[in-house]
Amino acid sequence: MKKTPLHDRHLSLGARMTEFAGYEMPLLYSNVRDEHLAVRQSAGIFDVSHMGEFIIKGREALELIQVLTSNDASKLEIGQAQYSCMPNETGGIVDDLLVYRLDEDQCAAGEKAYMLVVNAANIEKDLNWINGHNSFDTRVINISDETGLIAIQGPRAGDLLQPLTDFNLNSLKYYTFTKGKVAGCDNVLVSATGYTGSGGFEVYTIPESIQTVWDALIQQSANHITPAGLGARDTLRLEMGYCLYGHDINDETSPIEAGLGWITKVDKGAFSSSGIFAKQKEEGVVKKLVGFKVNDRRVPREGYEIKNVEGEQIGQVTSGTFSPSLEIPIGLGYVSKEFSKNGMEIIISTGRKDLHAVVAKPPFVKI
Amino acid sequence: MQFPDNLKYTSEHEWVRLEDPKSDGNVALVGITDFAQSELGELVYVEVDTVGQHLEKDKIFGTVEAVKTTSELFMPVSGKILEFNPALDENDGDNPGLINEDPYGEGWIVKIELDNPNDLNELFNAKAYEEMIS
Repeated sequence: MKKTPLHDRHLSLGARMTEFAGYEMPLLYSNVRDEHLAVRQSAGIFDVSHMGEFIIKGREALELIQVLTSNDASKLEIGQAQYSCMPNETGGIVDDLLVYRLDEDQCAAGEKAYMLVVNAANIEKDLNWINGHNSFDTRVINISDETGLIAIQGPRAGDLLQPLTDFNLNSLKYYTFTKGKVAGCDNVLVSATGYTGSGGFEVYTIPESIQTVWDALIQQSANHITPAGLGARDTLRLEMGYCLYGHDINDETSPIEAGLGWITKVDKGAFSSSGIFAKQKEEGVVKKLVGFKVNDRRVPREGYEIKNVEGEQIGQVTSGTFSPSLEIPIGLGYVSKEFSKNGMEIIISTGRKDLHAVVAKPPFVKI
Repeated sequence: MQFPDNLKYTSEHEWVRLEDPKSDGNVALVGITDFAQSELGELVYVEVDTVGQHLEKDKIFGTVEAVKTTSELFMPVSGKILEFNPALDENDGDNPGLINEDPYGEGWIVKIELDNPNDLNELFNAKAYEEMIS
């Protein structure tokens, strides 16, 4: 199993480790609920170094990204990032990702540079997919193993990270980033992004520097920053209704079905499956990913059937948890379009018991 | 992690304790082990809807919900469900966290009447259980 540069830190913090996408990752340090609430109320720090990073660089870097991804990367200025997805050719999703437009300091004249941040479980699949479609004058470099990533998330994230940096974090708008010095380390990319809904930053740098940044944050912030594991990462993203690849979206789900129409710019020019998505946007889709709140104490889990009140199957749960903020069970799942309206009553079947639930548009938690 | 010697254990991570080990009574408490509660994490709900029913060994008698996962509860031996711990019951104490805090004490889940106390001999003792999970 692979280890991140922060592996020994997790062990010395007493983390419970788990296998995730081939990496040994912290599932939790104390417990999921406390870590979750710390992020919502103060700040949490996550090691997400398992995520994959690719550099796309060359004269036709933008052209490659435009045919591979669904969002319009031509809108990106240097220092901006966007959420996007990489469709396959049959209307499904190879992966969802972030696209960063990097500065051109290392570029020859006429070249552009981007960084794609992809799911750890999909690194090989994505690389093969990208290389298989790269008929452009551009290079694809996998820097995943040379890149550490930590997320500092929560309302106090800026207060805690600011003393370690020489640039003003307040001026970093949502989905923008900058490069600079953090905790004495040069060449650290700090972006105002995250997967929790509570605001904060993601910090990318080489493994040695990520250790320094982690140590400095833990040391300096003592009681104000809580190490948080993949357990809390999942409950936090689910309260916001963010999709998780391999669960809510996959090779067979369309971004239009998944509620990702807003990152599917069918008018930007042709890209993989753009014709399929344009048709879906115009004619509608048969199933939709919805959020739901359960009026029961039982928790919905991936794979549970969703039924209408007459007991007919209308869909399936793709993610579910007990929301630490709301203290009720919540979930995401696909249902036939006619049941996707807010307030629609649905039944979640555990196999032994039927739970009454109501369709509720995420985010479940207003921040 | 604790595995008291006076309990019997199952491969499904439940424990059984005869209520009055001195008598030859056949009433026992059943709960989940320290290992099980630790693996599950914070419990948020316990459901037992089988009180009064007679269930064979390995049949499901209830469900525990943790933040991360759902786990069924299996009868460690054949018997009748006499009582669901009121401290856990949502209609009473509603404190499933007791299972995390005190899995062998306040966090017991059901009281059962065993069909045959000798069935307990089939279960693991503390040492065997500890070996199984290690």
